[in-house]
Amino acid sequence: MSAKIGPEQVRKVAHLARIKLSESEVEQFSEQLSDILTYVDQLNELDTSNVEPTTHPLRLSNVFRKDEAGETLSNEAALANAPKKHGGFFAVPKVLE
Amino acid sequence: MSPQKSHTPQYRPTVGLEIHVELATASKMFCACTNKFGDPPNTNVCPVCLGMPGVLPVMNRKAYEFAVRVGLALNCNIATYTKWDRKGYYYPDLPKNYQISQYDLPLSSNGYIDLPVDSQVKRVGITRAHLEEDAGKNVHDLPDCTGVDLNRAGVPLLEIVSEPDMNSPQEVMVYARAMRQLVRYLGVSEANMQHGHMRFEPNISLWIFDEAETDGGHYTPIVEVKNLNSFRALEKTVVFEIERQINEWQADSQNYRMDKMSKQNRGWDDVKEITVFQRHKEEAQEYRYFPEPDLLPVEIDEAWLKQIRSQVPELPAARLERFQKEFGLEAKLANLLTSEKSIADYFEQAVRAGASAKRAANMIQSQGLRLANERGTDVGSLGVWPERLAQLCKLADADKVSATATVAIFEAMMESEDSAEKIAQDKNLMQVSDASELESVVQQVLTENTKAVEDYRAGGKKSKKARGFLLGQVMQKSKGQANPKVAGEIIDKKVLG
Ligand SMILES: [Zn+2]
Repeated sequence: MSAKIGPEQVRKVAHLARIKLSESEVEQFSEQLSDILTYVDQLNELDTSNVEPTTHPLRLSNVFRKDEAGETLSNEAALANAPKKHGGFFAVPKVLE
Repeated sequence: MSPQKSHTPQYRPTVGLEIHVELATASKMFCACTNKFGDPPNTNVCPVCLGMPGVLPVMNRKAYEFAVRVGLALNCNIATYTKWDRKGYYYPDLPKNYQISQYDLPLSSNGYIDLPVDSQVKRVGITRAHLEEDAGKNVHDLPDCTGVDLNRAGVPLLEIVSEPDMNSPQEVMVYARAMRQLVRYLGVSEANMQHGHMRFEPNISLWIFDEAETDGGHYTPIVEVKNLNSFRALEKTVVFEIERQINEWQADSQNYRMDKMSKQNRGWDDVKEITVFQRHKEEAQEYRYFPEPDLLPVEIDEAWLKQIRSQVPELPAARLERFQKEFGLEAKLANLLTSEKSIADYFEQAVRAGASAKRAANMIQSQGLRLANERGTDVGSLGVWPERLAQLCKLADADKVSATATVAIFEAMMESEDSAEKIAQDKNLMQVSDASELESVVQQVLTENTKAVEDYRAGGKKSKKARGFLLGQVMQKSKGQANPKVAGEIIDKKVLG
């Protein structure tokens, strides 16, 4: 079975997801992702020409909340898990605009 | 555009504009945090907008209705079924590493807006308008680090995308200003530029047709400039890009073409006033859109749509036209009065309360707006309610107060609950226009100033000055309350016969 997802594509997706992969992992995921796609391909055997595309698995819609401001976290609580903070801000490495 | 020499190409700018508008809801798009500018950093945040694991977003109904309201005002098709998508990218101000947006099923599409450009109607197509959530804010002036404030993360953001229908910087500016006016009219955004409520992203390219070319013409590569947050920056960017692209084309006319060079992103440098290259499109982000599983689709039926439609007020262009027709106002004044819904409402209420349209319009222009501007508020909040403005207009129309006196009375009305007439009386600003009441004062002045009367009657050099003196005496005797026009007429009649 030919790979549907080659190493190049795996590297690209990994980069977009900011995941670092070793060469052997690239190989491994290339195989696994290809297998998954092949498996899902079975669905193509069904005739869906008369079926509306599904955009959500639940048959529900229009669940809203009222536009009312509620409780928020304190600044201390919001920053509690931050590895670095500075004057009420989350501090991250310098970003160039 | 400019005069053409044989070797100079003709060109036409082709500009499309994306506008991001923050909606003025009380709470955020998918959580109940306060939607407010200017609070201390990271105080309007909760687990949802901080992107904590295991939380669930819930849609803000009002934000959705606000967005549909804009779609309706822009003559868009409103989708009866929409869903949400995740747009993935990594930036510190985006805590979830994806933004909830609408990708393939935007809530509105295929609309247009008609704009007045050089006394013609220019129609600009609206590709789509969809809802998404705003990102937080990065603060760059901290030592050794970038600060992230997530108060803005999750604020409802409407993205309005135009067709590339604008062909000059002027058209871009008319469009951008009309959009600001529109969302303010609709009451869906304050569109305060200083608070970043409105941001622009123009897509700029030139259509070049050079007679030396056999194929008749081509486009220059599209340039997209991100995140402009003032009208000034928008205008300067478009002007600069047009100039820059002409130069690029002239330097390499064979390769500086849309079909040979991909779209590029450039940034606006506000200090140097130039655009700076950022990246080509092929290096640009891939957003890996996919349907947002945490949110349910939205279905909109006729009844709900009708209810939202009923919240769309008369729009600026229609109101401008009506003000000219119904009230006989000249275009410039009508434009001013309809520039903001609050001013237009104020004016109409005053007219409905009995003010003559022209008097009310002039009073608002010369006093209301000036004072509102001085005090940094709007004309309706000065304390001179429309009904009270109408009182003042009626006094002036009946010649009971002079035009000059209305200035002082208007200002006094801002500080007092009294009627215009009471204030005028208390301040001795009521004007006597009744000829029979003024007769005796005039007679007294004439009797006491026979020399001036003679000078006036004699005509010649001194005549005009003498008349002015007599009128001055009448004004003084009446404590300034005589209507100078009526008093002057009585003087003329008595002296010249
Ligand atoms: Zn929140």
